Amino acid sequence: MHGRPRKAYKPEEEAASAAKAAKLRILQTQFMSNHHNKIYTKEAVDLSTKLLEINPEAYTAWNYRKLAVEDKLSRIESDPDLVKTILDEELSVVESALRQNFKSYGAWHHRKWVLSKGNSSVANEMRLLDKFQKLDSRNFHAWNYRRFVVELTNRSEQDELKYTDNMIGSDFSNYSAWHNRSVLLSNLLARKADGFLPNAKIPDEYELVHSAIFTDEDDQSGWFYHLWLLDQTVNVETPLLTSSWPSHGSRINLSAGCLNDSFSKLTTFCSESGSFPLILYFDQAVGGVSSATVTIDSELKGNEDLVWEPVSKKNSQMSSVWVAHLKYMSSEPCFRKEYEVKVRVGNSPGIVSSRGCNFSKSYEFIFTAHVHDTVQGSQEDIVSWTDGFDIWDAESKDLYSLVNLNRSNAQMDFKWRQEAIAEEIILFRKLSDSKIGKLTLARLLMAKAVISDDVVKGVDYNEILELYKDLMVLDSSHYQYYKDEHSVALLHKVTSSTDDLSRHLFRYRNMNNSVCLRLNNLSLSRIASVAKLLFVQMLDLSHNELHSTEGLEAMQLLSCLNLSHNKIRSFSALDSLRHLKQLRVLNVSHNHIGEHSVDTTRYLCSSPLSNSEWTQDEVGRKTPNLVTKYWDAYFVLRDLNLKQLDITGNAIARDEFSSFVLQVVPKLVWLNGKKLES
Amino acid sequence: MSSSSSSFQMGQLVADKHVRYILMAEKKKESFESVVMDHLRMNGAYWGLTTLDLLDKLGSVSVDEVVSWLMTCQHESGGFAGNTGHDPHVLYTLSAVQILALFDKLDILDVGKVSSYVAGLQNEDGSFSGDIWGEVDTRFSYIAICCLSILKCLDKINVEKAVDYIVSCKNLDGGFGCTPGAESHAGQIFCCVGALAITGSLHHVDKDLLGWWLCERQVKSGGLNGRPEKLPDVCYSWWVLSSLIMIDRVHWIDKAKLVKFILDCQDLENGGISDRPDDAVDIFHTYFGVAGLSLLEYPGVKAIDPAYALPVDVINRILLTK
Ligand SMILES: [Zn+2]
Repeated sequence: MHGRPRKAYKPEEEAASAAKAAKLRILQTQFMSNHHNKIYTKEAVDLSTKLLEINPEAYTAWNYRKLAVEDKLSRIESDPDLVKTILDEELSVVESALRQNFKSYGAWHHRKWVLSKGNSSVANEMRLLDKFQKLDSRNFHAWNYRRFVVELTNRSEQDELKYTDNMIGSDFSNYSAWHNRSVLLSNLLARKADGFLPNAKIPDEYELVHSAIFTDEDDQSGWFYHLWLLDQTVNVETPLLTSSWPSHGSRINLSAGCLNDSFSKLTTFCSESGSFPLILYFDQAVGGVSSATVTIDSELKGNEDLVWEPVSKKNSQMSSVWVAHLKYMSSEPCFRKEYEVKVRVGNSPGIVSSRGCNFSKSYEFIFTAHVHDTVQGSQEDIVSWTDGFDIWDAESKDLYSLVNLNRSNAQMDFKWRQEAIAEEIILFRKLSDSKIGKLTLARLLMAKAVISDDVVKGVDYNEILELYKDLMVLDSSHYQYYKDEHSVALLHKVTSSTDDLSRHLFRYRNMNNSVCLRLNNLSLSRIASVAKLLFVQMLDLSHNELHSTEGLEAMQLLSCLNLSHNKIRSFSALDSLRHLKQLRVLNVSHNHIGEHSVDTTRYLCSSPLSNSEWTQDEVGRKTPNLVTKYWDAYFVLRDLNLKQLDITGNAIARDEFSSFVLQVVPKLVWLNGKKLES
Repeated sequence: MSSSSSSFQMGQLVADKHVRYILMAEKKKESFESVVMDHLRMNGAYWGLTTLDLLDKLGSVSVDEVVSWLMTCQHESGGFAGNTGHDPHVLYTLSAVQILALFDKLDILDVGKVSSYVAGLQNEDGSFSGDIWGEVDTRFSYIAICCLSILKCLDKINVEKAVDYIVSCKNLDGGFGCTPGAESHAGQIFCCVGALAITGSLHHVDKDLLGWWLCERQVKSGGLNGRPEKLPDVCYSWWVLSSLIMIDRVHWIDKAKLVKFILDCQDLENGGISDRPDDAVDIFHTYFGVAGLSLLEYPGVKAIDPAYALPVDVINRILLTK
């Protein structure tokens, strides 16, 4: 019930209501009897008309009328006039029902059903719709019905686009019309209809939407349309390779165990399995990455039929991050050998975006691998986050090759895009006292940074950060939204130049001088810019405000992660770590795990709740109650390969849970800083 | 929410009055409103009973009475009607299954028959009809998927096609409509996001884009609307909130303000919750108000699952055991 005032009813009002109810009750009973006995006489059908006039929501009565129509039509097949009379009668019943309740699903569907029988005048439908849509221009039933009729009559998309012009022209505050416009326009742009090329059409659309935003900046009708236009301006449909590890021109060390001396201005990767990950990071989710579409040319043997895996949920074959494991250990010993590896992405067609666009053109990158055979026992010492770090001593050039982005294969028509964004920036500066003005300006500046060729972008980032700080004050209800956007901008800034980034980089002596990135104490509430951080092996995110690890799944080299003193609320929030096959050390101490009844990552985590497949193991068989109680810890931790875990300072970390963890992760060596008896 | 737990103590949920309102509403069958709602009594029962369970008062209902009435609504096709004598439809089939799940009575169902009815409504393009008369809507996709998942029979449908159809209803604002090209609407978004959540397919959602659209549903009063430039309404506390939770963006709204809006819509004297302050209460908004408070971790209200719309303990009991 909507919009009816709350009040106590007088006795006479209650009596009137009861009398009406009794009358309706009798109608319903008679109707039910007719329906169950399949009586379709004129009297019986008229009774259902009466019922629907009072209560258009009585769905069974609409069903009954369909049966009655089918019954009548089966008797008079060959007489088109009679058919038309029968169907017109239905249309008029629907019309009066809609007058009673414009939102009756049953009535609208009955009309569609009648029309699908043919024989009715479709032109009438357009007239009726124009009348209805003038009365209530936001009614989504009417708009849906309009799209249905348009399809039935093959009315052109251009004509419908004009209709949205009129609707917006008479009242810009009509989100429904803007929505329909976005649907029509994206169809026309997608099939490159005459006069609908992005570089010509999108600037016009900016003009149109300004009329809405600048008339009343608090009216949301144009906000989302503008954001869509911005997305059309920045993003090309063709998928691009954003970055890779190893990156073009880089040199890496590979070993099976610890290296005694440090060779280390380079990233040293060691693995007992004798293989290393090759990571491809695209600007959007793609499918079709395989040994056919990506070829490897090197002397490293046994990598002819690489298996490429999407770093995403198991049931998806689309991902922006893909990984393959290259073997570097051969049977005969070889010392300090150097290999060149050439990777060709898009060698043959097949890499396709979710919208069906092909990877632009093949792209090649080369890196050098130094293979070492020195093997010492695997590392069992506790990893510290405080001692044993050296500052980054690499020359910027090395770093540049690590964070160097591959976006060079972009073949987009940049000019009109850059111009459109530059114009928008000038315009929205005039509106920068308002919420939508500030927010749009911040987004435009981010967009500019993404598609500009300038290396120095620091100035814009500072302005973006200021805008989000202002917004947190101006619109405090959405504080956390702006806070998240602020974090994204901050991480873009930190990773935008090698100078900025090197301030946060360290070497961890005890583990082959692993590359450690410290982004602690930055008040970060979300993770971003991961594409530029693929080389990182240790990541310190402690003392931030993170509540999820979403995004970290791309960091396939990561072996140690510090998330202590954040806002993680459940183990399901760590689901993305399941993809990190190298991860051995995890610190989630001093978070909020176990404090909350609502789990916001319950459905972003693979589990039986979201129908992902799982195999029962011994823990599941022996302690089903604990599995149900700690399901998220169970499903996440059992897929990790942890040696060291710290969970102190969380509500969940009581004895029962700790002993459950030991069962789920039997290979654990260190728990909460204490060495476990093996 | 830790910062606002003290403000919760201030606004008060008159839980006892709501319980009494629900139990009374069931007996007041002779007002015009209740006769008009006669055909969706199954939904009403689900709303009322779930609210009682969230307030830990399900014990005050006679299980046998409800279940035996409920079974009179089952049609020979396997589907359930909104009330005795009416036609079967997925809308009421899901409510019936949800009620039986609440009571831990799913074993009285002929699961094969019910699931065949639901699975039989899938169309060639992956969409679902609501009943034999062919109305197609993503609401029915959600209902079918939710129902079959509770019955552990999702393998009876083509899940991939069902997901593809839902994705084809995604709009450029990140939301979803009832059919391809239809405008985004919070209720419809809940259905589509819920169906994608249950099938482990949330990677199809643009979480930041949709999250911004959804968090901008919060208006100055703290309440949520269902579409841009519309009035706030308690029922959207459920649809918007549950969607925001499923995509992990619920921190983008001001929860304390929303709690206050819902509490302001209570009838403090006679119980029940309305769409907006000072409007007439009904069982639908009472349910959505209490369920909304549950999603806001209001003290004394049991946790509800954002996708299946049943208490978390009920869903965990059904789905987390092999
Ligand atoms: Zn409502």
